[in-house]
Amino acid sequence: MAQKLDYLKETPSQTAGPYVHIGLVPRQAGFEIYDNNFGNVIPGKGERIRIRGRVIDGTGAPLNDVLVETWQADASGSFTNPEFRGWARAGSDFETGEWVIETVRPGAAPNRDGATLAPQILFWIVARGINIGLNTRMYFPEDAAANAADPVFRKVPPHRRETLLAQPGDRVDGVQEYRFDIHLQGARETVFFDV
Amino acid sequence: MLRNTSESPGVLFPRDLDWHPPAYSPGYKSSVARSPRLPLMSIQPTTADLTGPRFGHSELGPLDNDLLLNFCQPGGSPIGERIIVHGRVLDETGRGVAGVLVEMWQANAGGRYRHRNDTYLAPIDPNFGGCGRTITDDQGHYVFRTIRPGPYPWENGPNAWRPSHIHFSLFGHAFAQRLITQMYFEGDPLIPHCPIVATIPDKAAVERLIAPLDLNHSIPHDLLAYRFDIVLRGSRSTIFENRLEGN
Repeated sequence: MAQKLDYLKETPSQTAGPYVHIGLVPRQAGFEIYDNNFGNVIPGKGERIRIRGRVIDGTGAPLNDVLVETWQADASGSFTNPEFRGWARAGSDFETGEWVIETVRPGAAPNRDGATLAPQILFWIVARGINIGLNTRMYFPEDAAANAADPVFRKVPPHRRETLLAQPGDRVDGVQEYRFDIHLQGARETVFFDV
Repeated sequence: MLRNTSESPGVLFPRDLDWHPPAYSPGYKSSVARSPRLPLMSIQPTTADLTGPRFGHSELGPLDNDLLLNFCQPGGSPIGERIIVHGRVLDETGRGVAGVLVEMWQANAGGRYRHRNDTYLAPIDPNFGGCGRTITDDQGHYVFRTIRPGPYPWENGPNAWRPSHIHFSLFGHAFAQRLITQMYFEGDPLIPHCPIVATIPDKAAVERLIAPLDLNHSIPHDLLAYRFDIVLRGSRSTIFENRLEGN
């Protein structure tokens, strides 16, 4: 007999359920409880951008009870800037399924292997019916050269890369808007990652 | 303080997706149209995946982890069995994880959620909000005071009931450690009948979600305690790691 490896196993995931708002965005559930609420706006220096999107199920219907969280570098490409927390969460609108994140445009960032990460925003998606949070990432179509060199984007089969690209929209009050719809199934199924 | 992680991240152990519930679990009907059909794409975690937001104690209020008081009207108290839920957040190497934001939410003692979309006939409790949050201490400990949530019916089948449960949301130090799960109560006869519990293939994994009664931490004449330890993905050091490119 060999020695026993005594690693613990990760706690298994369970769905966030339809009432995730109570715990993570209680105002959206319909009540005020915390003085300080985590939200969908990331303050910080840099170009302001706004991202709108929906998460769409296999029947073509938007999820009206989904919660997305995002994580990104600051405008200079740092993930460890003590003055900047590149994290946001947003619940979708109960009628339309649309969620909105307002943030700064992330910079290209050095990866731990010496490569360069193209400007990108990581997404984590939970909802009723999603048993374990889904990971994907959004890239910007303006950054074609950086995307082509990104260690993750360049490994995505070319015909599926479009699912990871934001669609530029209008400038609204001086803020560039993007649309990032996430498809759970179908011909346009978004690439989800096992990280 | 708003800040990102400052530690140099290790590389996470791969996630054992056979241990977690599969995305497509037809016994849980909502998962059918909401599960990806194509395989997840496996990637080497990047610096983006291995860093994550950090949260400071100053961002939380003093009653945020006390559901007996955090939504109470003056002089009031929520209806239900008063309990403590406590435990440690560990990683897969057994180390306590400090500084973890733990958020939780639950139904009231009658099984009703304070949520605009919940229409169950059990009443709202005017003294109960149903959410709490805290940050783990140096050893990874956390504690909440609350009431035991009630079971409630739902629409997965003609007579489907959820066992009493509390939802937990956790951040590790890396965004790729993000986890949401549910805690169940030892001895609840509804656990083996629950289609959401049954999405987990391995019985040993289900048991990891069932909190035992903890009489040692119960407070006589006041509160019963339940113990719920939570394990996040572990990481290895990178000192012998070859560069992925150009070495």
